[in-house]
Amino acid sequence: MVGRAVSARDLVLGRLRAALAGGAHTPVEVPRDYRHEGTLDLDQLVERLTDYRAHVHRVAEAAVADTIADILPAGGTVVVPPGLPPAWLPPTVTALSDDGLDNARIGAADAVVTGAAVAVAETGTVVLDGSPDQGRRVLSLLPDRHVCVLRADQVVATVPEALARLTPQRPLTWISGPSATSDIELIRVEGVHGPRKLHVILVP
Amino acid sequence: MNRPTFLGMPATAPPGVGHLRGDESFPAAARRSLADPQLRRNLRHATTTIRAKSAGVIAESPDWEQLRAAGAAIKADTLNRLPELLEQLEAKVIEAGGVVHWAADAVQANQIVTDLVRAAGADRVIKVKSMATQEIGLNEALHAAGVTAVETDLAELIVQLGDDRPSHILVPAIHRNRAEIREIFLREMPGVDPALTADPSALAAAARRYLRETFLSTPVAVSGANFAVAETGTLAVVESEGNGRMCLTLPRTLITLMGVEKVVPTWRDLEVFLQLLPRASTGERMNPYTSMWTGVTPGDGPQAFHLVLLDNGRGAVLADEVGRQALRCIRCSACLNVCPVYERAGGHAYGSVYPGPIGAVLSPQLTGVDDNASLPYASTLCGACYDACPVQINIPEVLVHLRAEAVDARRRPTAESIAMAAAAYTMDHPRLYEAAQRASRLSRVAGRRGRGLPPPLNGWTASRDLPDPPTETFREWWAAR
Ligand code: SF4
Repeated sequence: MVGRAVSARDLVLGRLRAALAGGAHTPVEVPRDYRHEGTLDLDQLVERLTDYRAHVHRVAEAAVADTIADILPAGGTVVVPPGLPPAWLPPTVTALSDDGLDNARIGAADAVVTGAAVAVAETGTVVLDGSPDQGRRVLSLLPDRHVCVLRADQVVATVPEALARLTPQRPLTWISGPSATSDIELIRVEGVHGPRKLHVILVP
Repeated sequence: MNRPTFLGMPATAPPGVGHLRGDESFPAAARRSLADPQLRRNLRHATTTIRAKSAGVIAESPDWEQLRAAGAAIKADTLNRLPELLEQLEAKVIEAGGVVHWAADAVQANQIVTDLVRAAGADRVIKVKSMATQEIGLNEALHAAGVTAVETDLAELIVQLGDDRPSHILVPAIHRNRAEIREIFLREMPGVDPALTADPSALAAAARRYLRETFLSTPVAVSGANFAVAETGTLAVVESEGNGRMCLTLPRTLITLMGVEKVVPTWRDLEVFLQLLPRASTGERMNPYTSMWTGVTPGDGPQAFHLVLLDNGRGAVLADEVGRQALRCIRCSACLNVCPVYERAGGHAYGSVYPGPIGAVLSPQLTGVDDNASLPYASTLCGACYDACPVQINIPEVLVHLRAEAVDARRRPTAESIAMAAAAYTMDHPRLYEAAQRASRLSRVAGRRGRGLPPPLNGWTASRDLPDPPTETFREWWAAR
């Protein structure tokens, strides 16, 4: 043993094993009697998204493009993930489909339009998982506005239900309102580094 | 396999590196904070506001107590199986294209990160707020190696530009008001608009402009982690501003440093912590952004991912069956916001990067109680921290335990014998003696029966007088309670 180099891995694991040695360990039962499911209430989602200063629009799927046309300036550029349904985009905007767009172009766009993977009504949260209608994480990060189209069947009531629907191996972004800070005198300021405006279009 | 014992003796965090030890005792440092009325006003405003917000969203959760019990049990279970879970996490991260490094202490961790940054050819890194990197003094280590570390969290940026220290886990710049922040930005922020006003949204916009280019042009990011899932290899970072997303998405190389205790066994366990943390911490139903990633995703985000697993005294904490529960901490800062001592003394008084009640139990265990001997006394044992803690850490129990440990020269730990041992011990340590003196003044002001002063000093001063009468500052402190 003398003179043998000990890897940091062995050292750390050895220390932790030594720390636990000797103690009597009754296995810990985790009580899971917290709520797993809740009653789904779309009004609650809308209320909680709004409470965190997201703008919510409830329209029929056929009206998504018109809604986006109202939100975005005519002639604006919109970053679009490759799998976004084309019918969602109004003719008034210029779509930049992501075929490996560089960060400068993404950041200079007026908005990004994405779909969503899951939403949580109780917390007012939308989750993106990088599916083709949501795209790379950078797409929903650099533009100043994020328009997220959400279908009612993607909404669950509780956090446990959301985790059960998600695939951990995908890159996940949980979004609850626009970027915000309260670091200066605890005064809430919206829009620090992420999109300063979040629009959620909820379709049946 | 039998491991040789020399390999496995849990060690405390080494001195001379990082920020777990203050330059002076808690009472000495607290006295300076007490003399700063602006700081006390800011702190009171912060703690009162966050407490109220948090209480509101906790009241919305009908199963809050069940979630707390589950959170505490998941963490207790994790600690019991920590080595196996870390090995599982390591395997999963590697399987997903990441690289895993182990660091026995701050020196090793700093070296690993510095080498990785150099290997990536970078002379600048962007950082998302991480207590672990503050604990090990990473910014200083990088600086010594010629690498600039840019803090991207607004509060951390204010602290960094102001050449200052964080005072609160959650709102590290709470000791600064808007006018001071404006001055710091005007003085230290390259390219800042000289017409900058002190309006918080203008200050935030200045930080956005300043950092945007840095985010886009820096090839390496360093982050901490709130959770790491052993079952899947998934890492999670919880934040508000989007600077975390920038750091976790834009650079080519991502280096994540986490204390070994941040691992949780299963994906499902996150359903508990994602409810507990935001409500207990910022008082939100959910924080604006949470990022989760598993190794490397081809074509999306950093294409090189390094996970550094840090011990730095955690093994020593784990070895203490009473003190071990401090490793359950999810750094929500709820215990700070309810603590009457923290509210008056402020974060800097605790010396370590971990302030408040959790700091009083964690720092002395990480360093060995000798090096932070006054911290277990930085409490009135009122128990508010225990009630507030989302993972049910019994902080008063650990405080009492550490006090006994600090004076374990005596075999029978009656209140009096502990007090006498403490006296003998502190007389030999001038710094501690000073702390004891101050604390005893505190006791007299607090009441003749020693009410409000933590044992053992209350027991001792009941029968013996220390020289040096009470000072005005501490009278004010307690009078204001
Ligand atoms: S000890 Fe508990 S209350 Fe304090 S920061 Fe840690 S988890 Fe939060």
